[in-house]
Amino acid sequence: MSLVNYLVLSAILFSLGATTVLLRRNAIIVFMGVELMLNASNLALVTFSRMHGNLTGQVLAFFVMVVAAAEVVVGLAVIIAIFRTRKSASVDDVNLLKS
Amino acid sequence: MSALAAGPVLATLHAGQASTGEAILFWVLAPIMVLAALGLLLARKAVHAALAVILVMICLAFMYVAQDAVFLGVVQVVVYTGAIMMLFLFVLMLVGVDQSDSLVETIRGQRWIGLLAGIGLAVVLAGVVGRATFPPATGLDSANDPSNPEGLARLVFGSYVFAFEAVGALLVTAALGALVLTHRRRLTPRVGQRELADARVKAGAVLTPLPAPGVYARHNAMDVPALGPDGRPLEHSVPRVLRVRGQQADEREYAARIERVLAGEWAGGEGSTALATTTEAVETPGSDENPPPHARPDVGAPVPGAATDKPAQEEQG
Repeated sequence: MSLVNYLVLSAILFSLGATTVLLRRNAIIVFMGVELMLNASNLALVTFSRMHGNLTGQVLAFFVMVVAAAEVVVGLAVIIAIFRTRKSASVDDVNLLKS
Repeated sequence: MSALAAGPVLATLHAGQASTGEAILFWVLAPIMVLAALGLLLARKAVHAALAVILVMICLAFMYVAQDAVFLGVVQVVVYTGAIMMLFLFVLMLVGVDQSDSLVETIRGQRWIGLLAGIGLAVVLAGVVGRATFPPATGLDSANDPSNPEGLARLVFGSYVFAFEAVGALLVTAALGALVLTHRRRLTPRVGQRELADARVKAGAVLTPLPAPGVYARHNAMDVPALGPDGRPLEHSVPRVLRVRGQQADEREYAARIERVLAGEWAGGEGSTALATTTEAVETPGSDENPPPHARPDVGAPVPGAATDKPAQEEQG
């Protein structure tokens, strides 16, 4: 089995995550789509690291994980703050700047 | 001879290419992962989507371990599955589990445009991956020389130590930011025990416990009103439920006796009963505010405790 299969799987997961971000309205599910994209990129990074025999790809994946953790903390706090004021977690309801 | 020949072949296999076991693992895990990702895209409930993402992440951890990234596999389970997705679940519980998506399109045709964009992205990515030529895979055997975590640590604390510090500062900042974002300032003064007590006194509520039914009466059943210090029955000592149902004891017999007592004739006699009936007849029209179903002649309207009766009854109700 060629290692390219991992890359194809990563591409599929990434596009599924992107589609989730584009299609879903629930802010939390949108966030999970972002997480899926980050995970897919991590898989690609690990595969590249194995292809080139170099651990730098894994280090980069590690940093991606840390940054994703920070991003999730802040993003979920924003979602909760919005939910407290608007009583909704739908991204369509946050349209205060419209009109 | 075959063993000698198989040795280098296995070594080259392990260096770059995936072994048969890894291929089996991949072809088992990959459909599961794609299905779970589709579940994230299509699930109606947010909790199901979160569980699908957890499944994807655990499968990814298996793949990391299979690809000689042992440390990342463990970190994937601990950080992503254990911390981040649990945080997601917590927020889902806070926000409301039943929050399903609305199907109203605010932008016309957004669903199909989004679907088209996703498919287009998949085609572009697959095209890039398919057209690229990769060098023969080297494998991580030399890079992972003592072990995978040691090699990673050498890089993280060597070449990338500044990025590591920056990431630490980022984590602290993110934690503080989450605290600030979810902080709620108190708009009303805090209501403690003392403030509650002051409010009750100001509202004129009865401060003492309400009298228990049957105290100082001839019977101590629940439906017999207690007697006050003046000998009059206290209406609000009978539980409200019994009063509403009209199940409290018939006061007529008690009233006669009480009137006798109040008239000073403890032993009882004809004259005193006559007096009692006359007082009953006088006091019946202006008796009380809630006459029971069987038109009971109320005993004492102008009792000294009558002023405190109303708030007590209100408070009991």
